Amino acid sequence: MSVLSVKDLHVSVETEQGTKQILKGVDLEIKQGETHAIMGPNGSGKSTLAYTIAGHPKYHVESGSITLDGAEVLDMSIDERARAGLFLAMQYPVEIPGVKVADFLRTAKTALAGEAPALRPWIKEVNGAMKALRMDKTFSDRNVNEGFSGGEKKRNEILQLELLKPRFAILDETDSGLDVDALKIVSEGVNRAQESTGLGLLLITHYTRILRYITPDFVHVFVDGRVAEEGGPELADRLENEGYDRFLTDTSVA
Amino acid sequence: MTVVTPEQHGLKAHSDGGWDASEKGFVPVQTRSARPRSFEHTDFAPVNGLEAEWKLTPVKLIKPLLDDALDGAPYAIDTDAPEGTSVEWVARDDARIASAGAPEERASANAWTNFEQALAITISGEEHSTVRISRSELGNTARAGHIVITARAHSNGTVIVESSGSALLSENVEVVVEEGATLNFVSVQDWADDAIHLASHFVQVGRSATLKHTVVSLGGKVVRVNPSVHLSGEGADGELYGLYFADAGQHLEQRVYLHHEAAQTRGRVNYKGALQGGGARTVWVGDVLIGPNAAGTDSYEQNRNLVLTEGTRADSIPNLEIETGDIQGAGHASATGRFDDEQLFYLQARGISEAEARRLVVIGFLSEIVQKVGDEQLEARLHTAIEAELEGTIS
Repeated sequence: MSVLSVKDLHVSVETEQGTKQILKGVDLEIKQGETHAIMGPNGSGKSTLAYTIAGHPKYHVESGSITLDGAEVLDMSIDERARAGLFLAMQYPVEIPGVKVADFLRTAKTALAGEAPALRPWIKEVNGAMKALRMDKTFSDRNVNEGFSGGEKKRNEILQLELLKPRFAILDETDSGLDVDALKIVSEGVNRAQESTGLGLLLITHYTRILRYITPDFVHVFVDGRVAEEGGPELADRLENEGYDRFLTDTSVA
Repeated sequence: MTVVTPEQHGLKAHSDGGWDASEKGFVPVQTRSARPRSFEHTDFAPVNGLEAEWKLTPVKLIKPLLDDALDGAPYAIDTDAPEGTSVEWVARDDARIASAGAPEERASANAWTNFEQALAITISGEEHSTVRISRSELGNTARAGHIVITARAHSNGTVIVESSGSALLSENVEVVVEEGATLNFVSVQDWADDAIHLASHFVQVGRSATLKHTVVSLGGKVVRVNPSVHLSGEGADGELYGLYFADAGQHLEQRVYLHHEAAQTRGRVNYKGALQGGGARTVWVGDVLIGPNAAGTDSYEQNRNLVLTEGTRADSIPNLEIETGDIQGAGHASATGRFDDEQLFYLQARGISEAEARRLVVIGFLSEIVQKVGDEQLEARLHTAIEAELEGTIS
């Protein structure tokens, strides 16, 4: 069984005010098929964890490790991490002008599989996945994320999740900015992907509402760059009622 | 006590002129439309390379086109002109000549003085048709060229002029889009490495007429294409696109002038370029003038340059003059930069290698213009040409 393991991870970023420590010793273990929710107030380091796992050059790992089935992820380039089976659904997917969704998907699939997918079954699969996410067919002719609404961008991320079939996916605030209908559609897509591939999920969210549609096995509360509390789904319910106030009394995060 | 007033540092006349205008009793040109014009070569003073018009151009390399007598005879062309269109060589006194504009600089006037016959392309059919002209055998003789393109009232067509091979050519291209006509004009400069080509395009867009004008410059030592587009009829619409890719030692220049003359006109200018290799050089000057009668104008111009290697230089100079307050909107933008790291990260995070991600980003960047060309056959060829350009840097 595949395991994604984060051990004593310390991460900093360069800011105009100098080096800023964001993650201050994060430990986390996700097994294949599990769903972990990471919750926490703004600025607690949730997104930093996501981007560090994916390999964004902005984040400097000071110490600690991230392993995928024992292999050190921190030694891999961004694309090697993706090819090893990691996927990050981004909070703000960037526009790639002039690159059509269809070409992008096929290029990514080819890069991950090491060979181009057979054309007919691939097109069928793409169309099927788009239909399930209630995406119009004309989508594949549009340039990646260009002129997409917030909801369309998120659907496009989940479309990739379903088609590229990673082993572990990190969803960075996929729920933010979605209305309830779009949230349901996106959540269904995530659940489908998990059922069909046994995906391990790391759901990063500020709010509990996506957890109504994607049930977590574990909930971790992030405060000031560390896991402050861990528990089962009941912890999410408690946060829904109480907010993050009780974690904030003796930290600098406002 | 004597007070010595030190001379102010840098206090001297600027090479552009105008700074000391009152002493010399001359008034510099106040607005883009007021530049001196003439069909006569001798009306323009010899060029020393410091003039605003020429200071970004390698003047030494274009000397013969500025100063020498030019061969103005017709040259060999390949033509595909379907029904509803015509292509013919016509004499200097043809009524269509001098209907769209007049030279504003010496090389353009030299071409005008010297051309013997003009290549006249006419679109008259209301059903869309495409005229394709290609020329590849101009050779190294210093030449003067003249093309007149006429889109008759309510006609609809595409004119593609593709240039390749060697050339030493100065030419004027006149385009008249008559009332209600729709014209898509694409000029492709894919010359050989030694070619030198200076072109001035004079365009009049009439009442409720629509023009799409695209300049694609890929090959050539020095290529300078300067479109002046006048939205002269009420409700005229002009979209001006450009795509250029400069390699080591290439100079690709475009000075675009969009003149909103009549009311309710709409203008869009979008030029995109890539530069790679030592001495790759591009110049884009975008002048937009919204005249006093151009109420309701909607205008936007932009230039984007993507720098792929060290040792390149891109000049990008947008200018906007507005002579009426009663407009819908006018804006301009310019940016020159390296790769967008976030775009590369996004693609790499999907398993795409860094080299392939860079290739996709560049192709995507330029494809925005290719997608506007509006001719499938040409779009496919341009994609191939851009891929070939990229093989030089990204591997």
